[in-house]
Amino acid sequence: MLSYLLEKEFKQIFRNTFLSKLLIVMPVMFIIIFPYVTNQEVRDVKVGVVDHDHSPLSRRLVEKVGASPYFRLSDVSATYPGALDAVAEGESDLVLAVPRGFEHDLVRGEVVEVLVAANSVNGTRGTLGAQYLSTILSDYSGELREAAGAVPGAVLPVFRTETGFRFNPTLDYKVFMVPGLLVMLLTVLCCAFTALNIVGEKEAGTIEQINVSPVPRALFILAKLLPNWIIGLLALVFGMLAAWLVHGVTPTGSLGTILLFAVLYVCVVSAAGMVVSNYSNTMQQAMFVMFFFLIIFMITCGLFTPIKSMPDWMQWCVSVNPLKYFVQALRLIYLKGSGFAELLPEFAWLCGFAVVFNVWAVWSYKKSL
Amino acid sequence: MKDSVIYADGLTKRFGLFTAVDHISFEVERGEIFGFLGANGAGKTTAMRMFCGLSIPTSGTGRVAGYDIASQPEEVKRHIGYMSQKFSLYEDLKVWENLRLFGGIYGMRGRKLARKSNEMLRDLGFEAERETFVRALPLGWKQKLAFSVAIFHEPKVVFLDEPTGGVDPVTRRQFWELIYRAADRGITVFVTTHYMDEAEYCDRVSIMVDGRIEALDTPRNLRTRFGAETMDEVFQQLARRATRQSD
Repeated sequence: MLSYLLEKEFKQIFRNTFLSKLLIVMPVMFIIIFPYVTNQEVRDVKVGVVDHDHSPLSRRLVEKVGASPYFRLSDVSATYPGALDAVAEGESDLVLAVPRGFEHDLVRGEVVEVLVAANSVNGTRGTLGAQYLSTILSDYSGELREAAGAVPGAVLPVFRTETGFRFNPTLDYKVFMVPGLLVMLLTVLCCAFTALNIVGEKEAGTIEQINVSPVPRALFILAKLLPNWIIGLLALVFGMLAAWLVHGVTPTGSLGTILLFAVLYVCVVSAAGMVVSNYSNTMQQAMFVMFFFLIIFMITCGLFTPIKSMPDWMQWCVSVNPLKYFVQALRLIYLKGSGFAELLPEFAWLCGFAVVFNVWAVWSYKKSL
Repeated sequence: MKDSVIYADGLTKRFGLFTAVDHISFEVERGEIFGFLGANGAGKTTAMRMFCGLSIPTSGTGRVAGYDIASQPEEVKRHIGYMSQKFSLYEDLKVWENLRLFGGIYGMRGRKLARKSNEMLRDLGFEAERETFVRALPLGWKQKLAFSVAIFHEPKVVFLDEPTGGVDPVTRRQFWELIYRAADRGITVFVTTHYMDEAEYCDRVSIMVDGRIEALDTPRNLRTRFGAETMDEVFQQLARRATRQSD
């Protein structure tokens, strides 16, 4: 019986011209255009410098900052308050203050503190600018070490800096966003498609003819789910190709692991779409309910903002968001090249969601009222 | 209930405070054409949906094809055909694809399914429309096709909910010929209609008023009992008693 139901679903899908367009347009929108929009990289940060040391080493530091593509030296003030005035007037975003005795302390191998003050009105620009600046400082310290290391017996200069951008050293947002956007793509496409498909049958009245036939509920749901795998995986392939061709972003980890997670994830979101459609009588109702949940899930899934910086109670709530686990898994595979063994927790969570949503979908689909 | 295919005893369906179907009891025998009449909102469709296992009764018992409608709705579904008021074949599938789908659902396979499809299309004179999308068929043809799909798997009973609504007189006539042919094959026909000339075609007729069955007999006996010339007059006399607002 399943083969007949599947045959019907596939025929309907292939004859649906809207869906085939959607299948092309959505990956293009999500993967080609969105990374530019969601790019949070900052360039051309204006830096005001206050050099209290006026030594060769401090001048080299300032030159190095000025040479970076991210920074532009906008202001050189004699005093720190003067530099802050420039920030107040909007002439600079960051202040780099080099203390008196900078070279002296460096040469003697003491810990040197450099003051970086950031204008946080535009939070991203300020914090990211400050992070870039500290990267440059640590580079500089590295150079000095090497230079000093060449001379035996010399004291190694030490900077206190904090950097930790492993796996995406340039903090490239495209690399970071692409896996997340692939998740969004699969979520919106598969969830919307299933929800609208079943409600469409309700509106057309055809579901009545199925309900009065001896088709088992689980089989009907399965026949709706299987084509979704193909649709989801096609969209995933389009998306990954687009990411590679346009942004040069390719996964570090294995394609097999990505595929495995995608198959599982489509199963979760399709079932969620079916649950929505089982409680809706019209397309409008299904759309509103679905987007209500989709928006909440997307905002909280860690795609745009790190989950770790959410309040504890929110982090706890987010642990029941299936998107979170797929975003995490895809990012780890794409950026870090994590293997399946490292992703077992995510896999287990997604399996759990798949079971819950599918059981719920079959249970909430009532053939008799 | 020697050979009764449909059996109802005190069958009731309530939606909240509203009693849509109020203790109806009757039996329909094998091969009978049973007309189920009533004004809009009298509860015909609700009653029919209970017999089809689509709606679980609030109280009372009902059996269709020997299965209890409350406890074995899926068994009931295996042995009935149903044609809803709203056309419900897949419009984006071709004629033969709809037959194949529903044949497959009822367990027909391969060559048997193909042969049966061809026979049915020939009987209907639809051979030329095999490859036509169902949405492109005229309404009358759609209704005939829907009926044929409903009896495609040779069910014991077929339930028809206003099958000829909006259809021209010639096609209605042809439709009733199909119904007679099905009844001759032993398929019990349970049909609702608003056309009183169609009521005359039935072996027996029940008239529902406000969720209750007010009259049940052959059309001839009903006319005699109500002193009426036509079934239309019988219906008018009974339907006027309704207190319910029709929709």
